[in-house]
Amino acid sequence: MTARNLRFTTLQRVLHWLMAICILAMLFIGVGMVSTVMPKYVPLLATHKTLGIAILVLAVIRIAVRLRSGTPPLPRDLPEPMRLAAKLSHYALYALMIAMPLLGWGMLSAGGYPVVLFGGVTLPSILPHSDSLHTLLWNAHFTLAFAFFALILLHIAAGLFHALVRRDGVFESMAGGKASNAPVE
Amino acid sequence: MTDLPPPQQRSPLGSLVLIAAVVAAGAAAFAYTAGWFSPDRLTPAKLLQAFAPANGPALGHRRNHAKGICFTGMFEANGNGVALSRAQVFATGQYPVVGRFNFSTVDPNASDATSRVRGMGLQISTPDGGVWRSAMIDPPFFPVASPDAFYALLQASASKDPDAMKNFAGAHPEIQAFGAWAGTAPWHASYAEEPYNGLNAFLFVDKTGAEHAVRWSLRPQAQATSMSAEDFAKLGPDHLAEEITARVGKEPQRWTMAVTVANPGDPTADPSKEWPADRTVVEVGALTVDKIQAEADGPCRDINFDPTILPDGIKVSDDPFPAARSAAYARSFDLRTSEAKSYPRNEATGTQP
Repeated sequence: MTARNLRFTTLQRVLHWLMAICILAMLFIGVGMVSTVMPKYVPLLATHKTLGIAILVLAVIRIAVRLRSGTPPLPRDLPEPMRLAAKLSHYALYALMIAMPLLGWGMLSAGGYPVVLFGGVTLPSILPHSDSLHTLLWNAHFTLAFAFFALILLHIAAGLFHALVRRDGVFESMAGGKASNAPVE
Repeated sequence: MTDLPPPQQRSPLGSLVLIAAVVAAGAAAFAYTAGWFSPDRLTPAKLLQAFAPANGPALGHRRNHAKGICFTGMFEANGNGVALSRAQVFATGQYPVVGRFNFSTVDPNASDATSRVRGMGLQISTPDGGVWRSAMIDPPFFPVASPDAFYALLQASASKDPDAMKNFAGAHPEIQAFGAWAGTAPWHASYAEEPYNGLNAFLFVDKTGAEHAVRWSLRPQAQATSMSAEDFAKLGPDHLAEEITARVGKEPQRWTMAVTVANPGDPTADPSKEWPADRTVVEVGALTVDKIQAEADGPCRDINFDPTILPDGIKVSDDPFPAARSAAYARSFDLRTSEAKSYPRNEATGTQP
């Protein structure tokens, strides 16, 4: 096994860390903005919409890159339950990266709101104006936001567990720096 | 340096504690941002709770200005506003309008004479996709200077403490001007005879990017007839809706949109302070209302007249109210749309509200 395919490609790692910052910022902006009436509410909401669309675009690129470049193999000695958890949690993370912006966009559309991003960019409405649709999507957007954050905490915990306890090279496969001596084997 | 054990054999306890600490810190930061550790933070939910009557809000309805009626019509721009704002809505032309006449009450079945403050929600759409929403009221200035003061006013109004309002007025003397207006301004028998004032300051951005602080008003072209509160009450509990329906059925009703431009130094962050009367006023066009529809079946019911929904060429200023109103209106909209079962449309009957 060569050192190269023990790690994600540089593009994959850049996308991962860029999106990590965006998504964490997004979740904090989300819970912050719905709990304030301060003037910052207006720029926070505009940032939330703009960043959400940016995350949607990045997620599509990321999935395409992943389908092309694949992933490094998990360590052979990783217990089967952890292997399964890793796989399922990553499917869930990708699904949320795509679903959350679409739910938000759909929710605004169903609420009859214009979807205006920074720079005055206006997106088309993707759903008809409807009370019931708005409520359904609002509830989904709200509930899944907390699920997303919980999953990210789990993801961070798992990454650190690989880095600090198992020391199996899984963390290093996504970390920056030189691909030197990740002790996989 | 010398004989540390190889890392694989170190106890993982320290690492596990570190991981738990990282997760706990992340969760705590999230909870803090969400306001869970800040019971004193003024949230949209608290603001709406302060509006709610003791027996709870009217489900499915707006949490304030709950009684109203829809209209449609046209805004006809005369081109005078182009010097102030690059928004397409000021370029000479006609743009479709959806709006709502209303008055301040938390009860959609309240008698018209119970409220001193009447309002208009307005949405103007332009071909470039621009949407301008505004919710205006008829007093010439707002009762209080800040959203916090407004929350305190709601609390004092609902308080059982006989001194609550007196204490509030002591802390917020600006309320006296509003009290004087409410006590002396004449009553009108028609939504068509009211002025609707934006009160909040916004920034118009012109083609060069220069910003102009402004406030806008819709001034009625109908002749206003003054009356006493007692005489108005005799007209009946639903007079405003009945009257505007009959009146617009006979002929369209018009308002002139007047934009007042601030001088440098005029206060923009405090809607309780009027600007001096000598400020430049630009008449930018006219609103024509030509159709009235009951709210239950009308196009305004499901619109949130959020004053921060603005086209390119109009921005919020340092006035703190539009943001607070936007946050509270969104909460009100989220609640009432989720309660839509309690306020069904009745297309078959088309009854009056």
